[in-house]
Amino acid sequence: MFYRETGQFKSTYGDDQALFPIIQDRWLLGAILLVAFFVVPFIINDYWANAILLPFLIYSLIALGLNILVGYCGQISLGTGGFMAVGAYGSYKLMTSFPELNIVFVIIASGGFAAAVGVLFGLPSLRIKGFYLAVATLAAQFFLIWMFNKVGWFYNYELSQITSPPREVFGVLVTGAKASPAAQYLFTLCIVAVFTWIAMNLVRGRVGRGWMAIRDMDIAAELLGIRPLQTKLLAFAVSSFYIGIGGALIFNLWLGSVEATEAFDILQSFFVLFAIIIGGLGSVLGSFLGAAFMALMPVILKLLLVDGFSVSAVHAKHVEFILVGSLIIFFLIKEPHGLARIWGITKEKLRLWPFPY
Amino acid sequence: MDSTQTQTQSGAEDGSFVTPDGRTIGAPILEVKDIIVRFGGVTAIDGVSFDVRKGEIRAIIGPNGAGKSSMLNVINGFYKPNEGTINFKGEILPAMEPYLAASNGIARTFQNIALFKGMSTLDNLMTGRMLKMKTGFFSHCIYFGAAQKEELEHRERVEHVIDFLEINDIRRTPVGRLPYGLQKRVELGRALAMEPDILLLDEPMAGMNVEEKEDMSRFVIEVNEEFGTTVLLIEHDMGVVMDLSDRVVVLDYGRKIADGSPDEVRSNQAVIDAYLGVSHD
Amino acid sequence: MDFFQALLITPFVIMWEDPLFLTETLIKGLMAGVLYSLVALGFVLIFKASGVFNFAQGVFALFAALTLTGIMDMMGDGLPKPLVIIIALGLTVAVMVLLAVLVERFVLRPLVNQELIILFMATLGLSYVLEGAGDLMWGSDVKVIDLGLPTDVWDVGGVFVEQLDLVAAITAGSMVAVLAVFFNKTRIGRALRAVADDHQAALSVGISLQQIWVIVWSVAGIVALVAGIMWGSKSGVQFSLSLIALKALPVLILGGFTSIPGAIIGGLIIGVGEKVAEVFWFDLHGGAVENWFAYMLALVFLMFRPQGLFGDKIIERV
Repeated sequence: MFYRETGQFKSTYGDDQALFPIIQDRWLLGAILLVAFFVVPFIINDYWANAILLPFLIYSLIALGLNILVGYCGQISLGTGGFMAVGAYGSYKLMTSFPELNIVFVIIASGGFAAAVGVLFGLPSLRIKGFYLAVATLAAQFFLIWMFNKVGWFYNYELSQITSPPREVFGVLVTGAKASPAAQYLFTLCIVAVFTWIAMNLVRGRVGRGWMAIRDMDIAAELLGIRPLQTKLLAFAVSSFYIGIGGALIFNLWLGSVEATEAFDILQSFFVLFAIIIGGLGSVLGSFLGAAFMALMPVILKLLLVDGFSVSAVHAKHVEFILVGSLIIFFLIKEPHGLARIWGITKEKLRLWPFPY
Repeated sequence: MDSTQTQTQSGAEDGSFVTPDGRTIGAPILEVKDIIVRFGGVTAIDGVSFDVRKGEIRAIIGPNGAGKSSMLNVINGFYKPNEGTINFKGEILPAMEPYLAASNGIARTFQNIALFKGMSTLDNLMTGRMLKMKTGFFSHCIYFGAAQKEELEHRERVEHVIDFLEINDIRRTPVGRLPYGLQKRVELGRALAMEPDILLLDEPMAGMNVEEKEDMSRFVIEVNEEFGTTVLLIEHDMGVVMDLSDRVVVLDYGRKIADGSPDEVRSNQAVIDAYLGVSHD
Repeated sequence: MDFFQALLITPFVIMWEDPLFLTETLIKGLMAGVLYSLVALGFVLIFKASGVFNFAQGVFALFAALTLTGIMDMMGDGLPKPLVIIIALGLTVAVMVLLAVLVERFVLRPLVNQELIILFMATLGLSYVLEGAGDLMWGSDVKVIDLGLPTDVWDVGGVFVEQLDLVAAITAGSMVAVLAVFFNKTRIGRALRAVADDHQAALSVGISLQQIWVIVWSVAGIVALVAGIMWGSKSGVQFSLSLIALKALPVLILGGFTSIPGAIIGGLIIGVGEKVAEVFWFDLHGGAVENWFAYMLALVFLMFRPQGLFGDKIIERV
């Protein structure tokens, strides 16, 4: 009923391998991007930026990073919070040590730091799997948070809470207290868009196939000439890179100031893991859907329960816990491929609607 | 079709010759010598030696537990033999490494199917091309340019294999959803995509009905005839073995008990004894 | 230079100069270790019988303790104290059994053929559900457990030992003994071992997987209750109790996921190691070393001996 693929035949392999082979998908995406880039910045306000759009965009990027490691390459990591912290504190040190550096460079370099740390803590994955690997990544999580909390060098020996210094891009303030929501939103949107595009390119080619082969049967992959060592470490590196950038964005573009034990603790690791389970493992769309869900649900619950039914905020939090936990179990049972698969199935059903067959 | 018999044709110095049906079988490209493989207290392979000639179809047969799969695992590099050597393409090694095997043209299918269940048929076949794909990581980040060119090149090659194996319709299907017979065919496709010098097939006909077996046999013969690919297969179906292979090795309890043409092996008393009491299809 | 001195020299100097203090620290560490072991015990039970790593075990302990105090509060002052305790305990055990039934029905059964990592993530979800439910039902403020357990401190030749710790040690020891007898001597215990060995074979002999799982998870729930009581008596019943579960992971790595004695030994090692590291190496950047020490130790084990001290060797099959 919405739109169909009929009549759209591909005559070259190039067309067949395109990211969005169905023309209407391209139009839809184009429309979304158009609105996102050219309409929203003019109507955005502080609340919408800080409560909804910035967390959604940033967590989508982080979820994408974790999905690369968990969904595409089949490794498990509970160290997401720690890698976010590496990105955040890394960017802080860069900005305070080299105030001349362009913020874009700072953010990308912070991702680089996180990638290096990710490779280090990913080394155990060569010998262990499953929840043994989960424990190893927990070591990363707890150690890194302790380090950023206790080792003074990381916060220049002042308070362990760090604040983002003001920086500009093309003469417009994007960080610091005076930056406008529109500027912050647009900057974040650009970064998220570019790196999402890169991720999509990676997963559809040789690199992505290597990751998925390791995920599905690493022994068979090895016999095809795929190197498990390099492939897994690459997944850790790319994944941590994305997560690190996310952490730097959280610090500089969204919260403005963070403290390691509050902003990047183990609950963050669970948060992102839940996002990709609900959204869909091994799916770029799923990362966005899951992040949207996890970021928006507390907002919606608050509006409904606290404002609507006068439930206390504390209780609303408890309900949130129950809801999230139940949904995790539900999705794992009913639809391990998450919202992304549900979206795909809905599209299929809508093709035939209102006819059931 | 009768594909073997007399090796008394005029041969070159390296022992190569031409079979009655026009295929060239060359000098040995693979030789295993005195291979011993032990697991804990069990000796799976007890001093086995044989060779495989370039361009031939060689079968390994024997009762269950004779060590046939283990032998393939050794050639593949999945097992390291406790003793013995492997001579592949002139290089003598104490053991094979998986990466070395793959990059030197050894491809394999498995008894229990080792496909990547989360990927489509096409993607599975494309993983067979991994060793030949050289473009760097950063090229793939932008895709357009070198990476795209390489992807499309290899896509074309893989499409040849898809046509050959007649699996065009299931290109995009996740292989986990395919019926058993088709999965086996896709696995063969993945091995073929590697453009291997030698193809190791571990019970490629297992679990298939008569039609599927005929199809599979046809594919194996065509691969051997058209591309000159050497084939080393494990098989239980005697009819298939007799029809397809040029030479046969018989293993029993980890030892070689016969080695020769299918007719020679069929009438070998030791082989008959080994199989007595064991039903075959 | 300061750093290396603090790392390699000062701690041992202090240990050498004040052996009483060292002994006290060791004992404190052992006692903490006993409590870790209690939680790890619950993990091992479930893992042994169903292959599931129950991330929610720590939350089980929290939930059990919350339920206990909640029931005791509800019963008020009408009845004599010992009676209140007995009834509350009984009711809490009933609740934990009910919980086991629900978990088996709604989480385990639907996921029975899935990979273990899926089940692990499901228990992660379960831990969130129980966390929220417990808080919602009983409130999230810190509760005090008053079961009449001794809280005095003994002075043993200059070394201070808390009576509560001793009670915990004795309790843990008895639980291990009871569980060992249960597993080895009773019919149900044998069935549990059969299930742990081979699901299919156990089924074909007529053992009901579902019953076994309910039993195991109930026992684990009771173990969690005991752990919750011990921990709660020490530091009050609060959210941090559920984070103990995370600490149990390194315990299991050290001891091996499938070994009951391993859970005990692993717990003791972690407890002692942590305490010693915390107390003597506190100079190293301001303390709180115990936040990560256990995990780093586990990491080392994972690299060199992933099956732990007593666990079954992990074999990869083609």
